[in-house]
Amino acid sequence: MNAIDSADRAPEKPVVSSARRKFLAGMAGAVGGGCFMTLGVGLSAWQNRALAAQALRPPGALPEDEFLAACTRCGLCVRDCPYDILKLAVPGDPVPTGTPYFTARNIPCEMCEDIPCIKPCPTGALDPGLTDIAQSRMGLAVLIDHETCLNFLGLRCDVCYRVCPVIDKAITLERQHNARSDRHAMLLPTVHSAHCTGCGKCEAACVLDEAAIRVLPLPLAQGKLGAHYRKGWEEREKHGGSLIGEQVELPVRGLEGKPYGDSRVGDGEQPTPENAAEAADEPTPPGIDSRWRP
Amino acid sequence: MSRAADRLRPGQDAIAQKGWLAAHKWLLLRRISQLGILALFLIGPGFQHFASWFAAGNHGADWPMLAALIEKIQDGGGLWLVKGNLASSLTLDTLPLTDPYIFLQILAAGFVPAATAVVGAAIVVVFYLLVGGRVFCAWVCPVNLVTDAAAWMRRRLGIKANHVPPAATRYGFLVGTFIAAAVTGTLAWEWFNPVAIAHRGLIFGMGAGGCFLLIVFIYDLLFAQRGWCGHLCPTGAFYSLLGRTALLRVSASRREACNDCMDCFAVCPEPQVIRPALKKAGQESPIIRAPLCTTCGRCIDVCSQKVFRLTHRFDRRSSS
Repeated sequence: MNAIDSADRAPEKPVVSSARRKFLAGMAGAVGGGCFMTLGVGLSAWQNRALAAQALRPPGALPEDEFLAACTRCGLCVRDCPYDILKLAVPGDPVPTGTPYFTARNIPCEMCEDIPCIKPCPTGALDPGLTDIAQSRMGLAVLIDHETCLNFLGLRCDVCYRVCPVIDKAITLERQHNARSDRHAMLLPTVHSAHCTGCGKCEAACVLDEAAIRVLPLPLAQGKLGAHYRKGWEEREKHGGSLIGEQVELPVRGLEGKPYGDSRVGDGEQPTPENAAEAADEPTPPGIDSRWRP
Repeated sequence: MSRAADRLRPGQDAIAQKGWLAAHKWLLLRRISQLGILALFLIGPGFQHFASWFAAGNHGADWPMLAALIEKIQDGGGLWLVKGNLASSLTLDTLPLTDPYIFLQILAAGFVPAATAVVGAAIVVVFYLLVGGRVFCAWVCPVNLVTDAAAWMRRRLGIKANHVPPAATRYGFLVGTFIAAAVTGTLAWEWFNPVAIAHRGLIFGMGAGGCFLLIVFIYDLLFAQRGWCGHLCPTGAFYSLLGRTALLRVSASRREACNDCMDCFAVCPEPQVIRPALKKAGQESPIIRAPLCTTCGRCIDVCSQKVFRLTHRFDRRSSS
């Protein structure tokens, strides 16, 4: 080495051999490399592990955190999808690199009965225990925009309902009074999580420029009741009677003769005579008046 | 020829002595292997693309025979020789293969893969234990094309800047990928792994994955000679662990004929493995036993004195 070094070093101290120095440099490289890799790659993966809302996993995919551990990113599911729906994410996609996904708005899952995409999965990242495609939960459809959905505007679009492979179970049309026009019904597409597979047909078919109904990954789409919540009507059913005893029932004007608390206007029921008398005194508004009052 | 020019273009003596073809024999075989393996994966999707292009363009009217052939093949399920990619594949619908390195990362991430992956990984491990782990690097890995190109250009341009990290850094990287997988519970490294991204990208679509290969190329060209494959790549580090029992080895069997031209050191991706065998440094046997040797055979190509040959591990023949 240089002169200062050898002058400073105590003469009895052995000079570090070149082999030893090489070994230490190698060790430093290995340890440094290990730390660099663990921290850099680990942090980045941790930060990006969330699946983008528009990306859906193939049927039978394990919950996302398990899926990211189990998937080899081999693309065998992609190959065996007969409709070329699945893609492997490339760097730049909002999905962990190499993992399979599909975008419902572009091309939804056809829900093959034999689920061919699951069969070739070598690791079980796509659960081979799923044999009934109706039980798959790729996501959950959510009618996300009530302001642009044509059925909410009072039209009979119904396209999402019509294309649903689980029609009348996963999506139903719920009739509601159209308070704006005052004389029409609105038939609101309503998704039921007990039956929706998240195939994305509704989102793909939505006629709007941007879909009002979208399939979201389950954790994004679903709320969760507190574990201590009990639904009174279910508990009453279970126990054959109210758990808190019968309540005092005060009569409600205009609803005499109906069961307590029932304020629904049934088919064929007329507004109460009092209201009818008031309405008769009013000047008749132009056009047709259903005489319905909220 | 001057020595300086020699160093920029190693192998000139060998070409003069043996002819161009013989001086590139192993290189050409290696390229055929690399591209051939890629082709096996690409024939299936390539045929599908061609068939859909053919159908979309209504070319069947002009080529009725071809249309009939395409239909016949499609009825038989297409031309799927190998499906998937190097991470996991299925050959002829029967032989499952899984990359044991990815398999171990899955285990580290806390998931126990199904039987198919276990069998597939075991087959690959046994194969590379027999032929030598880093045969993967030289004969299969698509990134080798990138780093070989960088090394070639580096020699041609005479780029001297060389800031290589210690060669053991790759083992740190290797351990780091397992720790990262264990801590995050995901295959964290597979987000970035240029080896996986290159092969998957060539078969399924590259996207911005080319950036990773460009980074590797630039690093090898401008920063560190053989920097990626020789010092950093954790996949190569993993496969070198399967190299201690390799039957297939390069031997410096005619080492007495060595004229110290240094061409083998110039082209070797792991130059440190040559010396023990060629110069009897710490070993008598002419066999290159170091597990880091990729068995690429480039030393055999560029040697004008025919010092090296490919042989088996127990071949102790030496011309001395």
